[in-house]
Amino acid sequence: MADFQVNKTIAEINQKIKDGEAVVVTAEEMIGIAREVGPVEAARKVDVVTTGTFGIMCSSGAFLNFGHTKPRIRASKVFLNGVEAYAGVAAVDCYIGVTQTREDDPLNKVFPGRFRYGGGHVIEDLVAGREIQVTAKSYGTDCYPRRSYEVTMTLKDFPNAWLLNPRNAYQNYNCAVNFSKKTIYTYMGILRPDCMNANYSTSGQLSPLLNDPYYQTIGIGTRIFLGGGVGYVIGAGTQHNPGVRRSENGVVMGGAGTIAVRGDLNGMSAKYLRGASMTGYGTSMNVGIGIPIPILNEELARRTGVSDDEIQVPVVEYGLDYPDGGGSPITYVTYGQLRSGEIEVDGRKVTTAPLSSYAVALEICETLKSWIKSGSFLLGEPQETLPSVPR
Amino acid sequence: MKSDNVLLIFKSNIMYKPVIYRLARDFDLIFNILEAKILPRREGRILLELRGDQGQIDQGIKFLEEHEVVVERLADKVWREEDRCVHCGACTGLCPTHALSITSPNMRVAFDVTKCVACGMCGLACPFGAMRDITLFDPFAEGRTGQQYQ
Repeated sequence: MADFQVNKTIAEINQKIKDGEAVVVTAEEMIGIAREVGPVEAARKVDVVTTGTFGIMCSSGAFLNFGHTKPRIRASKVFLNGVEAYAGVAAVDCYIGVTQTREDDPLNKVFPGRFRYGGGHVIEDLVAGREIQVTAKSYGTDCYPRRSYEVTMTLKDFPNAWLLNPRNAYQNYNCAVNFSKKTIYTYMGILRPDCMNANYSTSGQLSPLLNDPYYQTIGIGTRIFLGGGVGYVIGAGTQHNPGVRRSENGVVMGGAGTIAVRGDLNGMSAKYLRGASMTGYGTSMNVGIGIPIPILNEELARRTGVSDDEIQVPVVEYGLDYPDGGGSPITYVTYGQLRSGEIEVDGRKVTTAPLSSYAVALEICETLKSWIKSGSFLLGEPQETLPSVPR
Repeated sequence: MKSDNVLLIFKSNIMYKPVIYRLARDFDLIFNILEAKILPRREGRILLELRGDQGQIDQGIKFLEEHEVVVERLADKVWREEDRCVHCGACTGLCPTHALSITSPNMRVAFDVTKCVACGMCGLACPFGAMRDITLFDPFAEGRTGQQYQ
């Protein structure tokens, strides 16, 4: 246990929030504050730093219960607007994943496919309040005799509807390039041949886990901004790997930590849950997430003060290496360099483009800040922080 | 010096008549062919960048119209569905003319339609169907970036 000059608890900060006295700043504002007054003074001054991200997060979906029917059905196949939802759970429960495509989608038969509608779009339609066609089939049992069911529903008609994402908010990620001789269509966007462009996907200095790189304040029970509403971290996400190489400032130099999240779809907004169509790849969904980081001590002040120039990103080749199962970094660049619009790979200049919206991430930081300042959003005390490594 | 991108449609009755060279000869305009397509005996379409004084450009366009060429300003044919754009920037790395670019410090994506050459790359790259153009080169289809979204 390190000795700190500033020692605060989440309970103390929550009391300040209730009293309307908490000082809340965005991760972008914190960079300037930490530089100007130093981490100790910044920790005294600031109580909460809000982070945000709005990127494509394929490991997302919604658990829906569409209500018991009369006579009853134990649905074994469920379709929502023609998109299949997993129904291998109890009678009228199902899980719609964002990368599930429509049954009649031509996929990549005419390459590159456009994937105009999938699970992510179903979720967007639900939170937008639009009608959804629910179709269920069953083999019929003594207790659940019904074999088919078809109904039009909106979000408010579902007894339960939760966003439940097994892996979100990847802490850092690859920058993708293509060394092959043809254009490729990937989950990292369109990559032209001979390394003509590079795509990256992060909110960088605003990104939740990059602002608490050792997960000292994030874990099960952390209350978050999720899809425009309120949600919770429910543990580490799949593929959570704190052991990834770190630079001297403790920031991971590649995809590392992840979170699993949950929240009620009621209260969320189609502005922050947007169905995405990746040409040649498939469907997905952009998810808006914001995590408040309590500044308990000067170490957290220093870590939330990290800027794009101090975050290293691995450049990975997606033409041959990644699909083959490789993915070793060709080189490292910083998000500062990536945001400049051009990087250098193998001695040549390469145009860069983000896939994750910094503009919306900033809006999320600001929204979360206003929620906390108004006293309507208290910090959740994590019952157990995410698995980490020694600092 | 001004620059305007226009789509010229030559219907079958005039499609084999030479007219474009006169933009340079009679109106002192610099023209740059960005894309062209001829559907034999049906029609021809040319995407043209016109450079010159505004007066010359206007006169040149008037001349084309007098010769029964349908002239459409590209800026009226390509647009962004503002409520669909999330300002991610996925389109910016593929846009060949920097018509789409990220602006500082708010990091939003600006669309300068006057620089657009309607190559259609942004329509392919946009995950949200925000970038749209209509019937530039395929008179049989709804639009190059595809059918009506959903």
